[in-house]
Amino acid sequence: MKSSNPTWFVIRRREFLAGTAMFLFGATRVRAATIAGQLPWTPNAGAPPSRAKLGPWEFFTGEEGRAMEALADCIIPPDAETPGGKDAGCAVFVDRQLAGPYGRREGLYVRPPFQAGTKSQGPQSEKGPAQHYREALAALDRGCKAKYGERPFADLPVADKDEVLRELEKGDFKLDGIDGQSFFEQVVKDVQMGFFADPIYGGNRDMVAWKMIGYPGARYNYLDWVSRHNERFPLPPVGITGSAQWTR
Amino acid sequence: MPNSRKPVFLIAVLLTLLTVSPAFTGEPDPQEFTQIEHGRYLATAADCISCHTIPGSKPFAGGRAIETPFGNIISANLTPDLDTGIGAWSDEAFDAAVRKGIGRHGGFLYPAMPYTAYAKLSRDDVLAIRAYLGSIEPVRNNVPPTSLPFPFNIRSGMRLWNALYFDRSEFKHDPSKSAEWNRGAYLVDGPAHCGACHTAKTFLGGDKTDQYLQGSYLQGWYAPNITNDKRLGLGNWTVEDIDAYLKTGHNRITAATGPMAEAVSLSTSHMTNKDTKAIATYLKSLPGKTESVAPLPKNSATMVAGGAIYRDQCSACHGLDGRGVANLFPAIADASGARSNDPTTSIRIVLRGARSVATAREPTSPGMPSYSWQLDDTQVADVLNYIRNSWGGAASPVEAKDVSHVRSDTAARGD
Amino acid sequence: MPRRLPKKDVVIIGFGWTGAIMANELTDEGLDVIAIERGPWRDAPTDFPPTYMQDELRYRVRHELFLRPDQLTFTFRNMMSQTALPIRSWGAFMPPNGVGGGGTHWNAEMWRFLPSDFVLRTHLTERYGASFLPADMTIQDWGITYDELEPHYDRFEYLCGTSGQAGNLKGKILEGGNPFEGPRSRPYPTPPQAQPFSHTLFGKAAQELGYKPFPQPSGNLSQAYTNPLGLRLGPCTYCGFCEWFGCSNYSKASPQTTLIPYLIRKANFTARDNSEVIRINLDRSGTRATGVTFVDTSGEEWEQQADLVILSAFALFNVQLLLHSGIGKPYDPVANTGVVGRNYTHQTISTVNGFFDNRKFNFNPFIGSGSIGMCIDEFNGDNFDHGPHGFVGGGYMGQVQTGGRPIESTLVPPGTPKWGADWKKAVKDNYLSTVKPGTGVHGSFYSYRDVYLDLDPTYTDRFGRPLMRITMDLKENEIKQNKFLTDKFAEIIKAMGAEKLAVQYRKGPYDITTYQTTHVNGGAVMGTDPNTSALNRYLQSWDVPNLFVLGATAFPQNPGYNPTLTVGALAYWAAAAIRGKYLKNPGRLVDA
Repeated sequence: MKSSNPTWFVIRRREFLAGTAMFLFGATRVRAATIAGQLPWTPNAGAPPSRAKLGPWEFFTGEEGRAMEALADCIIPPDAETPGGKDAGCAVFVDRQLAGPYGRREGLYVRPPFQAGTKSQGPQSEKGPAQHYREALAALDRGCKAKYGERPFADLPVADKDEVLRELEKGDFKLDGIDGQSFFEQVVKDVQMGFFADPIYGGNRDMVAWKMIGYPGARYNYLDWVSRHNERFPLPPVGITGSAQWTR
Repeated sequence: MPNSRKPVFLIAVLLTLLTVSPAFTGEPDPQEFTQIEHGRYLATAADCISCHTIPGSKPFAGGRAIETPFGNIISANLTPDLDTGIGAWSDEAFDAAVRKGIGRHGGFLYPAMPYTAYAKLSRDDVLAIRAYLGSIEPVRNNVPPTSLPFPFNIRSGMRLWNALYFDRSEFKHDPSKSAEWNRGAYLVDGPAHCGACHTAKTFLGGDKTDQYLQGSYLQGWYAPNITNDKRLGLGNWTVEDIDAYLKTGHNRITAATGPMAEAVSLSTSHMTNKDTKAIATYLKSLPGKTESVAPLPKNSATMVAGGAIYRDQCSACHGLDGRGVANLFPAIADASGARSNDPTTSIRIVLRGARSVATAREPTSPGMPSYSWQLDDTQVADVLNYIRNSWGGAASPVEAKDVSHVRSDTAARGD
Repeated sequence: MPRRLPKKDVVIIGFGWTGAIMANELTDEGLDVIAIERGPWRDAPTDFPPTYMQDELRYRVRHELFLRPDQLTFTFRNMMSQTALPIRSWGAFMPPNGVGGGGTHWNAEMWRFLPSDFVLRTHLTERYGASFLPADMTIQDWGITYDELEPHYDRFEYLCGTSGQAGNLKGKILEGGNPFEGPRSRPYPTPPQAQPFSHTLFGKAAQELGYKPFPQPSGNLSQAYTNPLGLRLGPCTYCGFCEWFGCSNYSKASPQTTLIPYLIRKANFTARDNSEVIRINLDRSGTRATGVTFVDTSGEEWEQQADLVILSAFALFNVQLLLHSGIGKPYDPVANTGVVGRNYTHQTISTVNGFFDNRKFNFNPFIGSGSIGMCIDEFNGDNFDHGPHGFVGGGYMGQVQTGGRPIESTLVPPGTPKWGADWKKAVKDNYLSTVKPGTGVHGSFYSYRDVYLDLDPTYTDRFGRPLMRITMDLKENEIKQNKFLTDKFAEIIKAMGAEKLAVQYRKGPYDITTYQTTHVNGGAVMGTDPNTSALNRYLQSWDVPNLFVLGATAFPQNPGYNPTLTVGALAYWAAAAIRGKYLKNPGRLVDA
């Protein structure tokens, strides 16, 4: 007969004391706890991010998705070396973000009253990003159809798309009921964010953006390189879920 | 299926009083001071409190389920409570339980109670432990009976087991060795019962004496080789390294986690410096069984992938050179435990993470994160192969199926 | 009725740096201490491990480790004539949440304040005359001197293992350190961190311009360290995920690495997480705290009685809890009466980004740490003659770039389009060869009569209590100060060899959406006069002597340095007063 395992219960106690489960972007642990005697610990602890699922749009309609992909390719056009925003997954990134806690404004202060303020007081809209996108993309297509003969944004030639964006940026392309300029800023920010965020979120596919700029990714140790001045770091990027090098 | 036959010691509860020694009912005679202190020290060295206490409950009140491959065994109440503890036991009965594995009324105990090791103690040692236990607060705690499934519920079967595996002899001083060595041997084989975890067991749970302290699998962990074996054991450790490990749970090479964390916390860290040094001296004298193994080729696929994972995911703590930070991050380049033939513990730590023990001298108790969500079975095998076969080390290859096995085996464990 | 817990000697509100320091000090005194923390338990291997901590989107952009505004926020306006509106999403500063508080996700810059900073009004009045100061500027002396605080600075530096080069050792000026710092009794416990390429270039350029550059004192450690409590820290690996992130490899000084593992082992210490203190309770006289009421995550209310109450939440929450508990007279800027809410400040920061020739310069910007950098201190505090410049205050400046996280570090030179093929090419061409110092110019923010905190008349929190209202704007003095410093900074960046500069002055109005450090200070300041301070020089409430309020809440104005070292030193200072004086004779330590 094998002998006793002395940790069996201690660790159960640790589990009871600890319970450190957190949820992505969110919520703190569910339960208040009293901690004394030793640091909490549970096996398999942590709240790693979950990978954005491949497949159909989660937030956008098909039309919205097409517009978003077209916007992504205008903001980050493909070139000979690096894919554009569409193929890098930036529209997917925005879609998954809008379908998730960000789109729902989870954790933000959303109590009324909603009053207009100065720019320095920050956004005060009653609508969250998801609703903003929905309305703005619809308005964008309406605007394009009116101006370019019943063609939605996605169906415009590249030059016209760029023209629309330039005018949006200047505030010259009006979206009915929507502040086109701030929507433009939002889209540019979100698409570029998706381009540079970890590929786990749907954009930056195959770490194309990181390869483009020479960013080595989610590493944790440059101790051997901090004093090697003006020498290019030799290793390819790695994401939260690893890199091709991790596989035989 | 579980049998309802009541263990002998429960019947004993009904027959309360036979011989009550007033010295053991919670009011020690102050003149017993020396004996009680001796007993307290031995009880600590023997780590009685660990199995006989449900953490967070009253010490020594028993009732803790001890996991064995044959089922859970419930530990006894060692407090001097007359009805439910050992207050009413005679000295003879206590000695027989501790050193012979005989219950109070003649039935056999299971060797989850390490009487096979405690047999090395002298009768005076045992009575000192009893004197100490008699001095603690009596707790009324009627522990539930142990009920192992058939055939292990037939306690008389232990007669045969004892005949096979139980050496009843007390510790014998070896005059050819130093006093320190002898003390170490006594502690290792007697109260500290190191072999309970570190010596491999037969299918019946008896010691494989030819593999003495060369490592053993138990309860989802692999307790490593603690002989002086250079590759797998403590061959690269100095006496000071062993001493520091036992006293603090940490040293320049490694850190205690899992079952050893509790052994350090409750037992070895409370030993005198002399005793931890004695244990070290004894362990360093054990030759082990050195086999030579060739390292995996550096350019093999598993080593290349493992090296990339190591660089990206491990080196921030354990160092690009595998040397870690003394007393904080194990120097896995030197940690022979990582190269054990049975990689269970390494796999388990990579998958589930671990926290090292906190002690008064090393309170940091640094933790290792869990990689179970990030690395698949092959990747865990690869990174372990890299760790086990780099920096001059060599070990048998870890396969994805080994990882898969530990993953499923530990899935339901709370530890 | 709240459920009542067994009484303790001490209840600590907030388990960050100051709460942990005070808990450790008072448990050493044998007192039975409980710390109540609003947020979750947090520790490296379980909550910010190296497996997924390097996630800019999650931690930097989406504020994973910070308080959710939904749980508690503030309202904001620039001036008293405006209607304050809620901060619906964090921007200008990042309120911490959880065990370790801001000490978990800070950059770990370990600056001491200048001796003159503690006697600011006296010093400036003596040097420049009272009329040199703007009429509405309400700066004041602290009621404590640098020399009094020095042993406590030293203690906190050694707790943290601070990496740096002493500039003034017991009055002797040392080469390579900050010659302007006050005299220190010991060198730093560990040598300075290694400096990446661009940081080194800044040092060289500054030296060539006649300044005395030195490495920023850092709580990201240059080597392994064992602190006086026996806790072990590892060497920083320059991962570039420090500020906004927890440190995964025990190399950043934090309550988790320097105090909590030691503290938690003490039998007379207990922590409670996920429990928000909503009120400090007073007895009928209103001059004695009886304990606190807190709410746990299930919504249940608890009362924890205690003889001594330590308020050690984040600075703004300290003020808010005082207002909600009716402790101290609320500040009224019109009548110029009251103290709680008075002298609220922030930091005046700006930067200059430098774009270099990518054929000659590769900075590997992703190599960094939170408090890495080469700095100069010539323009801080009153280290230079302000006479000709018409403003007071100043700051340090340096190449203090903490990393190259690509969402916020992909800069393009001025004049580049913000999108499209040209933008993409510019990003590609510039990422490795841009110097982006972040808070490169780190300036003071002095206090003013109409920059303050009070309770909002309209917006409420989840319990229906009024939110606290921030009224804050940038004043002429700070704008001038920033212009002067930023121009000096730009000269150095240019001298490094930058081909193009993006000079970003701090301008008004104060904007609640752009990050300007989390050094929001003051609101219940320390001092010598109960009419102009909420706390005496020992951080003891003038009104409720068994209440001590720790943190940057007590700063009468904000000097040009990061606050944490002073926050920690003041906690040790207050703890020494409690241990040495208060416990022997509980009551006011200073006569009002």
